Amino acid sequence: MSAVAEEQKIVTGGSFLIEESTPKDVFTPEDFTEEHHMIADTTRQFIDAEVRPRIPELEKHDWNLARELVRKGAELGLIGANVPEEYGGLGLDQTSSAIIAEMIGRTASFATTFGAQGGIGLLPILYFGTEEAKKKYLPKISSGEMIAAYALTEAGSGSDALAAKATARLSADGTHYILNGEKMWITNGGFADVFVVFAKVDGDKFSGFIVERQEGLTNGAEEHKMGIKGSSTTALVLSDVKTPVENLLGEVGKGAKIAFNILNIGRFKLGAMCNGGMKLALHDSVRYANERHQFGKPISSFGAIKAKLAEMAIKTWVGEAMVYRTIGMIETATRDTSDPQAKLRAIEEYAAECSIVKVALSEYCNFVVDEMVQIYGGYGYSADYPAEKAYRDARINRIFEGTSEINRMLVPGMLMKRAMSGKLALLPAAQKLMDEVLSPSMLSLDEDEGVLANEMRLAQNAKKVALMVLGTAAQKYMMELSDQQEILMGAADIITDAYAMESAILRAQKLHATKGEQAATRYLDIVQVFSNDAVERIEANAKNTLAAMSEGDELRTQLAALRRFTKNTPMNTVAARQRIADVMIKSNKYTY
Amino acid sequence: MKIIVLMKQVANKDAILRINKAATWIEEADLTYEVNESDGYALEEALRLKEKLGGEVIVCSMGPTRVKSVIKDALARGADRAIHVVGDELAHIGPFAAATILAEAIKGEQSDLVLTGLQSDDYGFAQTGVILAELLGMPHATIVIEVDASGEQLRVKRELENGWYQWYTMPRPALLTIQSGISQIRYATLKGIMAAKKKEIREVTPASAAPNGGSHQRVTKIYFPEKTKQTQFLGNGDAKAGAVQLAEKLRSEARII
Repeated sequence: MSAVAEEQKIVTGGSFLIEESTPKDVFTPEDFTEEHHMIADTTRQFIDAEVRPRIPELEKHDWNLARELVRKGAELGLIGANVPEEYGGLGLDQTSSAIIAEMIGRTASFATTFGAQGGIGLLPILYFGTEEAKKKYLPKISSGEMIAAYALTEAGSGSDALAAKATARLSADGTHYILNGEKMWITNGGFADVFVVFAKVDGDKFSGFIVERQEGLTNGAEEHKMGIKGSSTTALVLSDVKTPVENLLGEVGKGAKIAFNILNIGRFKLGAMCNGGMKLALHDSVRYANERHQFGKPISSFGAIKAKLAEMAIKTWVGEAMVYRTIGMIETATRDTSDPQAKLRAIEEYAAECSIVKVALSEYCNFVVDEMVQIYGGYGYSADYPAEKAYRDARINRIFEGTSEINRMLVPGMLMKRAMSGKLALLPAAQKLMDEVLSPSMLSLDEDEGVLANEMRLAQNAKKVALMVLGTAAQKYMMELSDQQEILMGAADIITDAYAMESAILRAQKLHATKGEQAATRYLDIVQVFSNDAVERIEANAKNTLAAMSEGDELRTQLAALRRFTKNTPMNTVAARQRIADVMIKSNKYTY
Repeated sequence: MKIIVLMKQVANKDAILRINKAATWIEEADLTYEVNESDGYALEEALRLKEKLGGEVIVCSMGPTRVKSVIKDALARGADRAIHVVGDELAHIGPFAAATILAEAIKGEQSDLVLTGLQSDDYGFAQTGVILAELLGMPHATIVIEVDASGEQLRVKRELENGWYQWYTMPRPALLTIQSGISQIRYATLKGIMAAKKKEIREVTPASAAPNGGSHQRVTKIYFPEKTKQTQFLGNGDAKAGAVQLAEKLRSEARII
């Protein structure tokens, strides 16, 4: 099953930054098939009826219940959706698994348990396991018979994952590896049966292994966490733990490839999960704002609350456009192959986009739950209402699967790496732009025509701003660019806003083309407000980064170009936000 | 055993309802739909009977293209094939007209059982099933909460009032209207969803029986309950007489004692 139209072409990873796309080039939630919608319904029904009411029990660490819920979800096919049929799965597309992730995101704790089971715990085996290992473990993990976990981080190596100290050595008879070491923050650590563990062979060859729970493998006590309290997180101690050689993942010394590739997948799925959480938080917020009366009126009738609801909807809808556009790219690139390695290479192609999605969605999600608390007021601070938990639960998303900071640095980092290796024509584009910047004026005086033409111009200009910053940074720092974290993070934010704008514009244009003017109106408001605000952020980020790199005439020339690129007549965002909020207030739910 | 399940699509329970301009029905623009609740239980009962006794479950729904989602959902949950009686107006016809058209659509199937929900969540007539049984020449039982189809005769448990139940034995074929909440409805599994793609949905267009031809009733006006306040003085100054009148009114008008 694939909703991606046959004519949809494979795009080069990162090329969004230097090329223009048309609505038909992007995949949107409006392109879901009937089956996709049914998968969403089934997952939502399961989560709402079976899991959400039982979160209090999970928060008391009832891991037998967690096991039972994983098994029930597995019976529906939620875990094995992505696993090929020969290994006990359903062999469905990436979009289906993202839709499942989104719906499971309605319960943060279970989403974490589930993400370790069906994502980072399972995928290394699927993509890097030997045939024996795949046959042995994948059916049992897909069915929920075995609980899986992923053990990469150590006390001393978090973001710097390759500095792990855990060791593995081949036994004298060459039949198995013996692992020693300690791992930290292991999701499902308290009850998992099988672990994907990273350790160094001969002290320096970072490698991945499948390890079953056994004597010598013990977990620490449950961590006392800020949120996702209904998921198990423990340390893990490996003391002369044995695993047969066929449980080696990939090759000795190639563990980094596994760890980072799996995180790419984890990242776009995390984006989808955040999106599901945001939709629920917004839905609850709209209902509460309609119910809660102050000064004789529902608080939803006040502009201060409307502005919040509208901004929450904007971030949710734009974030969704980013998630599914990215998945669409991956889908198109992987649809013609069943070879796991080829699939993985295709996904790796979009590593920058996956990081963008991870950073943007986790931060949008944190914004949404923060405003949710605010809308609930005093009740938002009470654990008897849903906002408090949503707020605590959301925070981890900015930390795990690569922190926001690591991912921000990865975005320009990976784009530059692709540029250096000739896979992405970033540098010629940057050079061309530099020439353009130096020419007196290149602005056409034509009025923008067509749906969201003004916003599209802003998005294309935003990319030019990104290229200007990246180009300047590359020239100035050359090989030392990777040390310039503030510049990289600023560039990442510009790139992310550009990707967000363009994804949202293309989604709305596609909606306009397929569903007509009337149906599209409410989405045009969203895109216009988002673009209007994004341009301001982009300008501020560009000023900061450029002023840190250039001075004198060079800086003046760059700032003049920046002014041209970010030239925008401010729109009436107040009225637009009221319209956006009113649609939800009237229907008493998140309607976008 | 061949079982036909009649399923209706109704407005979503969570939907905020508005009355249409003509004041004849709810405004349908922007409305989302779901399966009629008790019809879902009828399907579940049919699937359980099939699991026990073998056979085939055929789901039948009537209305515009949008009802396909109810059909697809039923197929994903395990129904074997479907009949879709197509027509934009069919969502708004009276029970007699509906039963007439449905009878036409399913009588060729020669089923052993016809199951349906006890009433629709929108119009709430609770008559379509009963009239259909008559048109098909079958016995029927309403508000059924348990079905035993293992013997020669059909045994069904009906819900009566005030916590009373009734076991009822009847010949087959028969039509049963099923009560909500009698079982745990299964989910559509992902496997079921994918399998549903390949299942047959036969489209039928009602022949001569134009919807209005068979309608013995029509909705002339709908409106939200009007809130009115009326004050009555009882007893005319005599407290005792007032109390007697109050007790009488509470019993016969307000019906709360």
